[in-house]
Amino acid sequence: MSEAQDLSHFVRHPAEGVAAMDLVVEGVHCGACIVTIEKGLARESGVRGARVNLASKRVTVEWSDGALKPEAILDRLSSLGYPAFPFAAASLDNVEANEERRLLRCLGVAAFGAMNVMLISVALWSGAADSSAWATRDFFHWLSALVVLPCLAYAGRPFFDSAMKALRQFAFNMDVPITIGVTLTLALSVAQTAQHAREAYFDSAIMLVLFLLAGRYLDQRMRRRTRDVASNLAAIKAETATKLADNGEARETPIAAILPGDLVLARAGDRIAVDGVVEDGRSEVDQSLVTGETAAIAVAPGAAVYAGTLNLAGALRIRVSKAAEGTLLDEVNTLLERAVEQRSSYVRLADRASRLYTPVVHLTALAAFVGWLLLGLAWQPALVIAITVLIITCPCALGLAVPAVQVVAAGAMFRHGVMLHAGDGLERLADVDTIVFDKTGTLTLPQPSLANRDDVSPEDLALAGSLALASRHPLAKAVAAAAGATTPLAAHEFPGQGVTIFHEGKRLKLGSPAYCKAEAEAATVAAQWPDASLIAFRGPERAVVFAVRQAPRPDAAAVIAGLAREGYAIEILSGDREEAVAEVARELGFTRYAAGLRPADKIARLKTLREAGRHVLMVGDGLNDAPALAAANVSISPISAAHLTQAQADAVFLGDRLAPVAEALHIARKAKALMVENLWLSAIYNCVAVPIAILGLATPLIAALAMSGSSLLVTGNALRARKARGRA
Amino acid sequence: MNVLVYLVPMAIGLGLIGLIAFLWAMKTGQFDDLDGAAWRAISDDDLPDDEEKNRK
Repeated sequence: MSEAQDLSHFVRHPAEGVAAMDLVVEGVHCGACIVTIEKGLARESGVRGARVNLASKRVTVEWSDGALKPEAILDRLSSLGYPAFPFAAASLDNVEANEERRLLRCLGVAAFGAMNVMLISVALWSGAADSSAWATRDFFHWLSALVVLPCLAYAGRPFFDSAMKALRQFAFNMDVPITIGVTLTLALSVAQTAQHAREAYFDSAIMLVLFLLAGRYLDQRMRRRTRDVASNLAAIKAETATKLADNGEARETPIAAILPGDLVLARAGDRIAVDGVVEDGRSEVDQSLVTGETAAIAVAPGAAVYAGTLNLAGALRIRVSKAAEGTLLDEVNTLLERAVEQRSSYVRLADRASRLYTPVVHLTALAAFVGWLLLGLAWQPALVIAITVLIITCPCALGLAVPAVQVVAAGAMFRHGVMLHAGDGLERLADVDTIVFDKTGTLTLPQPSLANRDDVSPEDLALAGSLALASRHPLAKAVAAAAGATTPLAAHEFPGQGVTIFHEGKRLKLGSPAYCKAEAEAATVAAQWPDASLIAFRGPERAVVFAVRQAPRPDAAAVIAGLAREGYAIEILSGDREEAVAEVARELGFTRYAAGLRPADKIARLKTLREAGRHVLMVGDGLNDAPALAAANVSISPISAAHLTQAQADAVFLGDRLAPVAEALHIARKAKALMVENLWLSAIYNCVAVPIAILGLATPLIAALAMSGSSLLVTGNALRARKARGRA
Repeated sequence: MNVLVYLVPMAIGLGLIGLIAFLWAMKTGQFDDLDGAAWRAISDDDLPDDEEKNRK
């Protein structure tokens, strides 16, 4: 049976006769790598060109269609020392990349406008406006209008569009006051210029937009970087399935190219990559990633199996079903829909601030207008003063106060191995007072390891390890890993029972306790390790039973203790059986836990907590956690989590340690404090600026200085989020 | 002051050239990989590499 990876799914055709493919490459980090890869690939005949992107760790290769097989490129790269993984950009990635490019273009246009207007404004400020030659002044004003109006018509689009979208839905966001401010400023300036007035505020308007665009662009770039890393990791995890073609040929095929109705092969020890129904074969399946249950479940033809589960014993042929056809997936999906609907719409800090800000500022402007009228000023100068109030209270500092902190804090989290998906996740994370953990794969490591190593003699372990190498069973793999075995024994495997060999005159066996006739020893070990799975070894002298369990993450106990000390209420909600959960809870110092929960039970518990006024952070990885993650105020999953689950989480953390979760909470709280601080800073700035404007003293120079001053202050304050270091 | 009539348009024209250069650089993807660009500047890819030299 030949087996090759089918790469056709990843190949693009950018032009006639040209094929191209994007690859994620591990280990590219300097200029030498770029040269090695690009020259190495260029020497391959048929390759038209290769281009390394060092920032995103990807390579784009182009070759003449049909001149070589895409597999050859992968081979060539791995012979150069850079293992590569084919990568298909998700459509969402393209949308994000386009948005980033659009913001950068707008930023360029706004910068051009601001620079040229400043050229003119400096002349006006330094006296051209005061000279008796009004013709020169008007000329300068009209020139400013000529530069600023087209530039803003283009560069202001991101704000105008978003404001229009919000207003059309009768909603309100930060961009509405920005749009009103900019439009009024421009209208006033044009009217003033037409009447040969002394003051025009074109420079203020374009500077406002320039600062805000810079903030938006940085925010977008940070999010894109996070997404790049996430999709690289997904490509390296290389989710493929062994697809069985009609002619019996087995081909390693990327998941995305597998359709409902296809037949897929899952060997013993493989992770099942698809949802489907068993067509043929018998085995046991470890569903811990899906349900949190660590005990294996027997499957026979007709049984439903889920993506992410581990096939333990025998080969299975699986007919791929449509998504959400299985009972569990069905349940998860309906619960998910309901949970997403119920998720109370969180109002972002910035939007809350702008709800407060807009009426206050607009009423102040109105009051200034009416006040000056009553004091006997003509309506035109009174209107000018009212609009200057709007200009000088420009939402510039307000517009930067929150995004600037967000960018810096997301960067700090990134360095600690936490990738933030949702922008407002940071604010929701800061409000958390209750943390709910899933057990399997979240508090514990996703891979099982040997628990009772100290009770086993090294000779027995070494021998059992060598024997275990002959088996593909995950429990055997854990024994082999614990023994550090490298030389396999040529043992014979009885699927579903164990492996055996005749070694130095003795029969050795490794397998289920029943197979090794070690039931008595198994009972003792089971009592000691209630949450472990058992595998027995019949050695030359005695029988040994190994307890294999998913060990807690190495720093879990310390992190949990730290979180409890900081006053977070913590608990475990697990789908696993009572004994297993109790054991982990005891070990890590949890006082509250619940076991054997179905997805709906988890949601019910979260709902109770939320109704009691708690802000809940859910940390979970299983498919069964996906609805709970969506139902919690905010959620985090480990990178090893099921696909659907990761998509629901607000943040994802990398690595074996649990510390990033605590770190994320620290950074989020510090960031929230800085955001509030920034909002107060801009409020104080407004308290100073508004009286000046109301008195009619706000010249364009003062407006420009005040605006850039407040923006710089707020941005500088945001940079302090970089230093947000955890104390745990 | 008549000098302004052609000095100012010249200044703006220069600015426009800068803007067009920026947009062109963006369109040709020069901002896609800022880390790589730093390394490419010091690579000797204008020199023939060893294998090609041996062939000659």
